[in-house]
Amino acid sequence: MLRDTFAVARGVAWRQLHNAVLNPAVFFPSLAFPLLNFAAFAGGLARVREVPGFDFAGSYTAFTYVFILLQSAAFSGVFSGFGVARDFETGFTRRLMLIAPNRSGLVLGYALASATRWLITGSIVTAVAFAVGMRIDGNGVDLFGLYTLALLVNFAGTLWSTGVAMRVRSQQAGPLMQMPVFLVLFFAPVYVPLALLKGWIHAVATVNPLTPLLEAERGFVSGAPAHVAVAYAVGAALVAAFGLWAIRGLRKAEAAG
Amino acid sequence: MQAPDNSIEVEGLVREFKKGPRAVDGIDLHVDPGEIYGFLGPNGAGKSTTVLMLTTLLPPTAGTARVAGFDVVREGPKVRKAIGAALQEAALDPLLTGREHLRLQMAMHGIGGDERRRRADELLERVGLTDAADRKVKGYSGGMKRRLDLALALVHRPRVLFLDEPTTGLDPQSRAALWEEVERLARDEGVTVFLTTQYLEEADVLAARVGIIDQGRIVAEGTPEELKAEFSSSTIEALPANVEEKGAVASVLERFGARTTGFSPGTVAVQLASSDGRLTEIVRALDAEGLRIAHLQIHEPTLDDVFLAKTGRHLEGAESEDAEADPELVAT
Amino acid sequence: MTSALAVQVGYLARRSAVRTLRQPAGVVFPLLFPVLLLAVNAGGLRAETKLPGFPTDSFLAFALAVPFIQGGLFATGNAGIDIAKDVQTGFLNRLALTPMRGIALILGEIGGVMALAVVQALFYLCIGLVFGVRLASGVGGAFVLLLLAALIALGFATFGAFAALRTGSTEAVNGIFPVFFVFLFISSMNIPRDLMSVTWFRWFATINPVSYLIEAVRSLVIVGWDAEALVLGFGCAILIIVAGFALSVAALRERMSRT
Repeated sequence: MLRDTFAVARGVAWRQLHNAVLNPAVFFPSLAFPLLNFAAFAGGLARVREVPGFDFAGSYTAFTYVFILLQSAAFSGVFSGFGVARDFETGFTRRLMLIAPNRSGLVLGYALASATRWLITGSIVTAVAFAVGMRIDGNGVDLFGLYTLALLVNFAGTLWSTGVAMRVRSQQAGPLMQMPVFLVLFFAPVYVPLALLKGWIHAVATVNPLTPLLEAERGFVSGAPAHVAVAYAVGAALVAAFGLWAIRGLRKAEAAG
Repeated sequence: MQAPDNSIEVEGLVREFKKGPRAVDGIDLHVDPGEIYGFLGPNGAGKSTTVLMLTTLLPPTAGTARVAGFDVVREGPKVRKAIGAALQEAALDPLLTGREHLRLQMAMHGIGGDERRRRADELLERVGLTDAADRKVKGYSGGMKRRLDLALALVHRPRVLFLDEPTTGLDPQSRAALWEEVERLARDEGVTVFLTTQYLEEADVLAARVGIIDQGRIVAEGTPEELKAEFSSSTIEALPANVEEKGAVASVLERFGARTTGFSPGTVAVQLASSDGRLTEIVRALDAEGLRIAHLQIHEPTLDDVFLAKTGRHLEGAESEDAEADPELVAT
Repeated sequence: MTSALAVQVGYLARRSAVRTLRQPAGVVFPLLFPVLLLAVNAGGLRAETKLPGFPTDSFLAFALAVPFIQGGLFATGNAGIDIAKDVQTGFLNRLALTPMRGIALILGEIGGVMALAVVQALFYLCIGLVFGVRLASGVGGAFVLLLLAALIALGFATFGAFAALRTGSTEAVNGIFPVFFVFLFISSMNIPRDLMSVTWFRWFATINPVSYLIEAVRSLVIVGWDAEALVLGFGCAILIIVAGFALSVAALRERMSRT
């Protein structure tokens, strides 16, 4: 059973990655927007670091990098959902369902491919950040924490969008995949620490599940990890919840034929 | 007053594409006023490129063409005023209704308010779309789209009509309805129809004359009957009752013509040397040799035989290796 | 404009507006997305008003200019994708077979998009008013703002039309969309140019015409009647229109290579 699942997952992941290698343009959207935001935030808003009460120890570039890293992770996941929807439109998913002894492996395969793709875009984002002078004060363990938490965000994004794709089975579901992720990302403390947000946005950011992840990530970068356990718990919970969402989506797709 | 010239005259028409083949390689043709001319050929033969040139949408690389008495290169606007065209893609806006399409097309032709409404109603009725007139085109079936396409080509009462594979993908009923309307236009309104098709039956049924195009060149031209008589004779096909007698049956049949490929497995086929009926003689010869036949059939010549005779290939599946160049490409 | 051309432009503009309105997602997204981003930025960047030299104490008033530009960018996408679809489906060929003049296609498509852009601009203006932003330039300023928003949409739409006519592909038009966003993001969208501390960013924002479009709209909201900002803003809008139009007409001539 488990062997079947992994065999299917490996096949699906190979095919997704093979397509990505043959058509590198698919990396463009998941890379362009994080880099564009990075340029706009780290370049344009650097003076925001001087606002009284801005208590982050590192540079504004490092502060922004963390958000951009999570954004690239989440959007790599979302864009892989587009591929799933496209497979439904072309009928390729039906072929996969026909040959897969254990269809849950399809979801796992999409997630593995998406994670691999994010490793590439995430590396490029990181290289750009270092190239423009970012300094990371955290140690190796902190860095491990930084990237594994981002990986959880990538998994959550993939599973969310795959669940939507499995239900709608059309690329027209694109905005439905993107918009909630966009909202969750930007209703977090993006530009300034949580304490500097005021009014409704503070209230929303406080209950936003991404906020503890973002704060823990910023702790890793500045070498002063905080709320790490909460962040991992939230990350794992998101993956579990959206994993269930994706599997139930798969069952709905199976039922729809 | 001189009667309008509804003819089509083409001499040495050529179209070359950058990085592509000579899609049209020096064709000559003439279509009489009020005639339905069938332009038959496989995919990629050059049919659509020819239509694009004759409808002024693509400048020729060389040669001349006159449509409705006007030169397609120097008198483009006059040609466009005289012609209607339903091109290969239905080219409809899925978000507009059938009636809105007609009104837009008429506005572009400068047809005024009252006339626009009247003509829209008339055309919708003629193509059987009155009930669906106010529905968005995205809900139309393939046949409905083709019928609307035809109505759009007719809004300004063209004298020459170009139909580029008008029935591709249509069910038999829609196909027959479209054929009927095309015949009516030529018969009752004197419209000259230039129709491209890859269907033998369509050319056979509709066209007064047929031009067969392959790899950018016209390989045969004439009425369907002339072509079939000139290039082909009947084929006789026999299925021996005993498989072991296949060789003996073949040697008898070969006395009457040349061996050819059969239409069914296990049969022996011969293209008769003479088009006169020799069935009785053949049966007697087989009987004289004591050969028993399970099934014997005569195939009348078709346009496919003509195509086979001229190109060495059957029309079906004869898609050109140099598929017709994409007209999007810039001319050399 | 001759009456025949006016009829053609009118019909094509009507068609452009009708088909946009018949795709609710195409209307709702360009209306709501800029407002959403405005809400996010107005909340998240409110602290920025505490920086010395920041021109206003309301970040919402400061950022209200951005939706007008984003609306214009969506006009680029709409006009471009609509024209590219017409190329792909062969609808352009159908029009080319009529006595339609090429320029009518561009004017018609863009006319429809502009009409929607003015509606969008009115919506953004109302959102600002509802949340307490008062135009420093008064009622007259609101009219000037709507005019500028229409010109901005027209300018960007001509570039969308150019991309569509040049490539004939909706994918290509979608592909250039992020390029336009580069101009929006690396501009004075989120911070005044004199408060930018990163040299390259400040340099790009200074040569970026989008900065001047934003600053002209912004001046009407937070300053009043700032002649320099308005001249620069209208000047840039007109330059973009002229350049985009020239490119579109050239691309159309090549695309509709009818005789």
